[in-house]
Amino acid sequence: MLIFHGSKADFDRRTDPKKGPIFWGEFMAYVHAIQKAGVVVAGAGLEIPENGKIVRVRDGSSQVQDGPYAETKESLAGFLLIEVPSLEEALAWAKKSPWATHATVEVRGVLPPGDARAPILPA
Amino acid sequence: MPVPAAAQIRTIQAKGDSSSMNESATHSAIETVIRQSYGQIVAYLAARSGDVAGAEDALSDAFMGALRRWPVDGVPDKPEAWLLRAARNRLIDSARHDRVRLRSSEHLQQITEEAQTMATTIDSFPDERLKLLFVCAHPAIDVAARTPLMLQTVLGIDAARIASAFLVAPKAMSQRLVRAKTKIRDATIPFRVPEPQEWSERLAFVLDAIYAAYTTGWESGPDSSSTHGALAEEAIVLGRVLVKLMPAEPEAHGLLALMLHCQARREARHSCDGRFISLDRQDTNQWSRPLMDEAEQHLHVASDLNRLGRFQLEAAIQSVHARRAVTGETDWQAIALLYEGLARIAPGIGSLVGRAVALAQAGDPVTGLTALDDISSDRIASYQPYWAARAHLLHLLGKSSDAIEAWQRAVGLTDDPALRQYLMGRIGESASL
Repeated sequence: MLIFHGSKADFDRRTDPKKGPIFWGEFMAYVHAIQKAGVVVAGAGLEIPENGKIVRVRDGSSQVQDGPYAETKESLAGFLLIEVPSLEEALAWAKKSPWATHATVEVRGVLPPGDARAPILPA
Repeated sequence: MPVPAAAQIRTIQAKGDSSSMNESATHSAIETVIRQSYGQIVAYLAARSGDVAGAEDALSDAFMGALRRWPVDGVPDKPEAWLLRAARNRLIDSARHDRVRLRSSEHLQQITEEAQTMATTIDSFPDERLKLLFVCAHPAIDVAARTPLMLQTVLGIDAARIASAFLVAPKAMSQRLVRAKTKIRDATIPFRVPEPQEWSERLAFVLDAIYAAYTTGWESGPDSSSTHGALAEEAIVLGRVLVKLMPAEPEAHGLLALMLHCQARREARHSCDGRFISLDRQDTNQWSRPLMDEAEQHLHVASDLNRLGRFQLEAAIQSVHARRAVTGETDWQAIALLYEGLARIAPGIGSLVGRAVALAQAGDPVTGLTALDDISSDRIASYQPYWAARAHLLHLLGKSSDAIEAWQRAVGLTDDPALRQYLMGRIGESASL
């Protein structure tokens, strides 16, 4: 999975009157190209962290708070789930993303389905 | 896991006390030896033991010994001979400790004798780097490991730097290199120059691996101090070594000429504010004359050797481009003809795209576009130059909206921010058609 992390400045860039259109022009071209290459399984861009809600269940009672979560410097801005034969190819796609030139792209493998570490539902 | 000697030395130097005259003399002597003789010493030892990693470890130990001894005793007259002797002693020691590999020990006697003679009477020892290059690009070695292996064993570049240049995690690159060296030792890949009947195929692997180092470096941005930019220069060093080792091989000259012509334009590829400038818009005054002259000399030598090949054709194409510095214009007819030949002997996607662009620039964009249409679709999905070429041709034909779509595809496929910005600009040009 290609995971796009960003600081407040990176989120602000998306809506900046001058930088925004350039950013979206480049980023949508990237999304279009990677889709056309036939490797994308799923993907989404996310709203700003301030719009998020934090849910916790402790001692049987649930709490809901507004985001962002605990003053985190970097937040999740979006992701692309891709299927490629090698880590090298995933890294190459990460490098092609315009997000990588100013923010951070994390590349992480996905656990195989039915992996022993995944939770098993009771019969 | 063995740490490459060059990396160790650089670490030690960083910690070293530079105020001591002797030490800094030692360090600069060692630095010189690393630059000039690392590959020669490794090749000499490995060609006799069959063990590249063992040779590198032994040389690394010899460098450590030199850092201890030379500040006290002074730098020896023949530092290479001193290091080779020390490395050889180290190899003999470790063979005594673990007599695991019989083959190595057999050769050790030979090394001992040769090193003895060399240390007393000979100024230089045989240059076995050609054999080492053929081992690095041996068909049994994973293609992805060949270039990194050459950079490390012949030039002494450490795995971390190679890894970042190839966009691979440092640990993964170290493992890839270790695996390749183990393969060389365990599969007893012979240290020899190939027989005439296998020459051209084996040579192609060596040329490809060197060129891969160059293109990886070339695709980098304007920052010439980056590991990428440095890689292009290291590739040229390898190209020069190759030409010296096989002066009668036209393709070795062709490869060097190709790299030198491209390198000559390095400064002209970006404006002072980092914007990408395409070849046809570059200021020829910024092209390096000495590099272009050197390239032309090698191209002449190659053509006198009278055996055409892929790299000579590619270099000839760049040579025609270079003529613009003199004539002020580009002879696209000549370039189209050269691409025609190139596409026939090396029908890679790069030459097919280049051929289509040359046809269009020579005055026939319709045929150029048809040539692009003929390239099979599975080869173009993630190949950025195809989309930029297609967009350019559609633009020439006045097909504004198709051109814009192709420019966008190219934008999405480049990993170079300067090129991305340039391609975005071309969208604007097509939009105002």
